Amino acid sequence: MDRKVIFKGRALPLLLLLPQLAVTLVFFIWPAAMAVWQSLLQQDAFGLSTEFVGLENFAEVVADPAWRGAAANTAVFASSVAMLALGVALFLAVQADKAIRGQRFYRTMLIWPYAVAPAISAVLWLFLFHPSIGLIGRALNAAGVLWDYQLNGSQAMLLVVIASAWKQVSYNFIFFLAGLQSIPKSVLEAAAIDGARPLRRFWTVVFPLLSPTTFFLLVVNLVYAFFDTFGVIHALTKGGPGKATETLIYKVYVDGVDNLNLGSSAAQSVLLMVFVIALTVVQFRFVERRVHY
Amino acid sequence: MATLNLSAVTKSFGATMVLHGIDLAVADGEMIVIVGASGCGKSTLLRIVAGLETPTTGHVAIGGREVTRLEPADRDIAMVFQNYALYPHMTVAQNMAYGLKIRGTPKEEIARRVAETAGLLGIEPLLARKPRELSGGQRQRVAMGRAIIREPKLFLFDEPLSNLDAKLRVQMRGEIRRLQQRLGVTSLYVTHDQVEAMTLGDRLVVMHQGRAAQVASPMEVWARPADTYVASFIGSPAMNLLAGTLAEGGAAVQLKAGPLLRFQDGPRAGGDGRPLTIGIRPEHMLRDGEALVTVALDLVEPLGSETVLHGKLANGEVLTARLPGMVPAVGSAMPLAIPAEALHVFDAETGRRLDS
Repeated sequence: MDRKVIFKGRALPLLLLLPQLAVTLVFFIWPAAMAVWQSLLQQDAFGLSTEFVGLENFAEVVADPAWRGAAANTAVFASSVAMLALGVALFLAVQADKAIRGQRFYRTMLIWPYAVAPAISAVLWLFLFHPSIGLIGRALNAAGVLWDYQLNGSQAMLLVVIASAWKQVSYNFIFFLAGLQSIPKSVLEAAAIDGARPLRRFWTVVFPLLSPTTFFLLVVNLVYAFFDTFGVIHALTKGGPGKATETLIYKVYVDGVDNLNLGSSAAQSVLLMVFVIALTVVQFRFVERRVHY
Repeated sequence: MATLNLSAVTKSFGATMVLHGIDLAVADGEMIVIVGASGCGKSTLLRIVAGLETPTTGHVAIGGREVTRLEPADRDIAMVFQNYALYPHMTVAQNMAYGLKIRGTPKEEIARRVAETAGLLGIEPLLARKPRELSGGQRQRVAMGRAIIREPKLFLFDEPLSNLDAKLRVQMRGEIRRLQQRLGVTSLYVTHDQVEAMTLGDRLVVMHQGRAAQVASPMEVWARPADTYVASFIGSPAMNLLAGTLAEGGAAVQLKAGPLLRFQDGPRAGGDGRPLTIGIRPEHMLRDGEALVTVALDLVEPLGSETVLHGKLANGEVLTARLPGMVPAVGSAMPLAIPAEALHVFDAETGRRLDS
């Protein structure tokens, strides 16, 4: 399907592109360029003198064990968030696809969390899991489980993973549901007649046919976990206890805003940017080659 | 290979009743064609046999085994869908092997049967392709292959040819019939196309508004339609239906259009004046004879070896005639004869056939 509108002249198409280009320029290209420039500089503690140092910031960052720790945290965090958010969303979408009664209500409720701001969702989870005021936190402690995410790093990680994944479930759910509904019913019926039980049908027919959606969502979820989870972590754990939940993006903030080490912070964010761009490119290449139809 | 028995199968979706009690006994190896206009319940009936729908009441038995409440997987059937429903992410070979794989057939056995079936259908060169790389006719063959490879007890066809162009349809129709006779598998074939129905079926089930209007061989359905619906549905152009009343103590019919026709096969019951519907096939109309009616022609369709005439009688009733050879052009009013020996007599109120 080739539906191209051909404009004569240049003025109109440029005019139509202008708002989008302006937004991209001001909110993406400019800050990104500033970050790249900043990453090549070093400032003294009071911001009085600035020196061009080339790639020295990058060398320091990569050699820094704290950064490597944050990278490891991020790997655990991002993969857990993506897996949890995708898994739960897929399960819910399959159930919603089956439901006949109360379908609309069910779907609407599942889409709501996406409209909740990260900080608010964090507070919500805090009220659930806080060891002394949280509903579940107190129940856990009463049941003899030593639950305090403010002291236990693994518990803190678990909490930020759950809170971050929860917000992304809605988004994934919409895409999975749309994907499920675009699978022709007769294909599933054919599989049923061929003798496949529901579970088998899911893994051999439904899941492969959903793979384009799944791959797309995997990329989106990883990028989300890398960048958009700052609010949740900031409100829940502030990267603590210790540095147990300090992800790369959180460390960028801490080093830049708290420690005022702008050069290092900029270098870290450039690394993060490159990493995510690479991730996206690799995954879309993979998607093009491996995904069916 | 098995028999199929439906007894008093009904189906309603909410308050809407789509099947009003269908009884059908299909013999081993028989090909039954379910034919009817869209919305008559024919697809629902097929889906009930497949296990994709559950009947509201009634029973389904395949090979003498009650299967009414069983899942499709437990019925040992195969189905060819209207849109083929091939698995888009699998190759042709994988599509055909899927059912066997699920049943745990050994790999060598699967490979042998895929090759054998592909040979039977002439699709060997396509085995490594995905469905989207195939033409409509090729997909149709793969769908057939997927059905026959499992050697099921029962084949179900849900309008399998309606997405093909006219020429391919005729060709595939022949192939399906040859294949079915060769394999001898009991088959149920749903279509809205009366030509498909006439040529494919050992017997037809003509469905109308959720009821089986007639179950009989194609020739029987054509020669002795059970009611006015079947009469007008089977045959092309459709049978003429003319109003009349019983006369001469049941021995004749007085047509509203004029002539009095004496029944050749004996008198009908009921007193004089009983309202009747008289059916006469266009191809039985004659240029000359005793009972003449005058037809004001409004359309003449020359088909070469024959001509189809459409027109109106003096009392406003529509009449179609198919006459051999060439016939004069439009505009003229033309006398045509209704042969008394080719009449079909129906009750005007119920539409049921009246025999002597």
